[in-house]
Amino acid sequence: MTMTPTAKRNSALGTMARSNTAVGLFFMLPAAVFLICFLTYPLGLGVWLGFTDAKIGRDGVFIGIENYQALANDSVFWMAVYNTVLYTFIASILKFVLGLWLAMILNEHLPFKSFFRAIILLPWVVPTVLSALAFWWIYDAQFSIISWSLMQLGWIDGPINFLGDPNNARASVIAANVWRGIPFVAISLLAGLQTIPQSLHEAASLDGATGWQRFRFITLPMLTPIIAVVMTFSVLFTFTDFQLIYVLTKGGPVNATHLMATLSFQRGIPGGQLGEGAAIAVAMIPFLLASILFSFFGLQRRKWQQGGQD
Amino acid sequence: MASVEFADVRKSFGTHPVIKGVDIKIEDGEFVILVGPSGCGKSTLLRMLAGLENISAGEIKIGGQVVNGLAPKERDIAMVFQNYALYPHMTVADNMAFSLTLKRASKAEIEKRVKPAAEILGLTPLLDRFPRQLSGGQRQRVAMGRAIVRDPQVFLFDEPLSNLDAKLRVAMRAEIKELHQRLKTTTVYVTHDQIEAMTMADKIVVMHDGLVEQIGAPLELYDQPANLFVASFIGSPAMNMIKGKLDPNSALKFKTDNGVELPVAKAPESAKGRALIYGLRPEHMTIADGGIPAEVVVIEPTGSETQMIMRVGGDLVTGVFHQRINAKPGETVGLSIHAEATYLFDAETGKRLV
Repeated sequence: MTMTPTAKRNSALGTMARSNTAVGLFFMLPAAVFLICFLTYPLGLGVWLGFTDAKIGRDGVFIGIENYQALANDSVFWMAVYNTVLYTFIASILKFVLGLWLAMILNEHLPFKSFFRAIILLPWVVPTVLSALAFWWIYDAQFSIISWSLMQLGWIDGPINFLGDPNNARASVIAANVWRGIPFVAISLLAGLQTIPQSLHEAASLDGATGWQRFRFITLPMLTPIIAVVMTFSVLFTFTDFQLIYVLTKGGPVNATHLMATLSFQRGIPGGQLGEGAAIAVAMIPFLLASILFSFFGLQRRKWQQGGQD
Repeated sequence: MASVEFADVRKSFGTHPVIKGVDIKIEDGEFVILVGPSGCGKSTLLRMLAGLENISAGEIKIGGQVVNGLAPKERDIAMVFQNYALYPHMTVADNMAFSLTLKRASKAEIEKRVKPAAEILGLTPLLDRFPRQLSGGQRQRVAMGRAIVRDPQVFLFDEPLSNLDAKLRVAMRAEIKELHQRLKTTTVYVTHDQIEAMTMADKIVVMHDGLVEQIGAPLELYDQPANLFVASFIGSPAMNMIKGKLDPNSALKFKTDNGVELPVAKAPESAKGRALIYGLRPEHMTIADGGIPAEVVVIEPTGSETQMIMRVGGDLVTGVFHQRINAKPGETVGLSIHAEATYLFDAETGKRLV
């Protein structure tokens, strides 16, 4: 019996088909193409643009770290960094505290529990631009419902200048961001709370724990792994926030609410300085990496979660 | 240590009553087992004693003090849960010391209490492990250790052995019993396994459908069941129950609905003419030539004894024999029934007449 060339080719293909590595790579191809086209390429292009003096309609030439040197002496850029860190820090803490509180309330046996759990998601479901527009009216200098209510109650004499004063504006955009971000935190933490067996709370209360001690010694430690995940995502979302600021204040007044994302866009697209915009965007990377590293260590399985060796 | 008393205790979930008036007195130092089928309310009763469920009506007393309004932590009781409820993020030592940590006890005090408890239960080499690293039996022991460290007035056990395999269950049964003999703390133990109840308890409370059917020492319940439910629940294999009536011509004969005559030791006047149920424990019969003819259906030799399911007139009867039997399915053997050990129950009310 002799082997025909066709049979040989077939067997070569067969060998490849039987190789798990080759098949694995083949099946990864669609995902890889997608990631390379839509994530790796834009990221690489952004980093490259940061080292050029590209403008809209004109290819840039490589200018080294000139853009970054310019940013280092740019007070508006440092203002944006300060704003972003402040915005992320305060909004994340508020989202965590209020979200955890809401999750604990929703975890109790309330009437219409599933109804409340559903409506709590609303701020998360509404498109950001839509809710930002609503907040824009709420914070309006003349027609603000908050100012109007407080004036009706006689607590203030004139309307509050929500978005016109730097500190008011910062507080206002943070409040809007918190309102939008709470559902994500609350629902995720609620899911975490529900994985804690009721019998642990019962055992603790028999052991003599008060409500606060049950929270401190049972709920909180058992929730830490999910808190690490949720807060990492929450910090990433907040740090890269753009839509809310862009609709509410466009970075004003006098750059008081400019975040790195909004400044990058403004310099890069309306301002036409693509290179400088890209450099600002790239400057966000260290912060985001730090946050991811934090989550990486925070997410590592605690000793008590690991199985036994015996 | 303390006595425990339930006085006309009731509990409803919404309009649905689950405990329908329960009276139980538990003496100081007693080991009492609440036993009954799933859904009979035994766990609910235990949780009411622990303070984890509200009491709809009636009174629960611990050491003479009414505890209806007291929070779980004020009742000074320790409970071992079915799933052990160990704190997964704490080591064995921390789990056992948790109640002391909450009281801000000193390190020396904690050590003084945890060490002997760990010693008793053989947990000393495991004190630094986390619950996940323990086997089922070890977790069970940690749960008991956590209870012992508390030195409470009452121990509560909620089906503590149901998550263990059969062999370990037998071992833990002996361990819990020995522990009680050593500590002499009043113990209330819930199980659906009548063998657990029979082997461990000083006193068994048989519950059914939110009510107490009978309270008594294990052998008391076995020998003198108050009614059909207790008779069928206690004992394994279960008591044979055969429907029929007393023979109107001869008071000491029971005639089954299928026409077979079975012996009776005594028959009260009240039993005559009524629909009855004839109760016969599997071990109260022997194989004898010239006995009641029984067709062998299944024969199960276990070595020390032989279990046989037979057809007597149309009724299936289970027998346990201490001799080896060479019968084959389909053959007929002669059954000799120990008339002294038989029972008669009223078929309508279920009450035992003899």
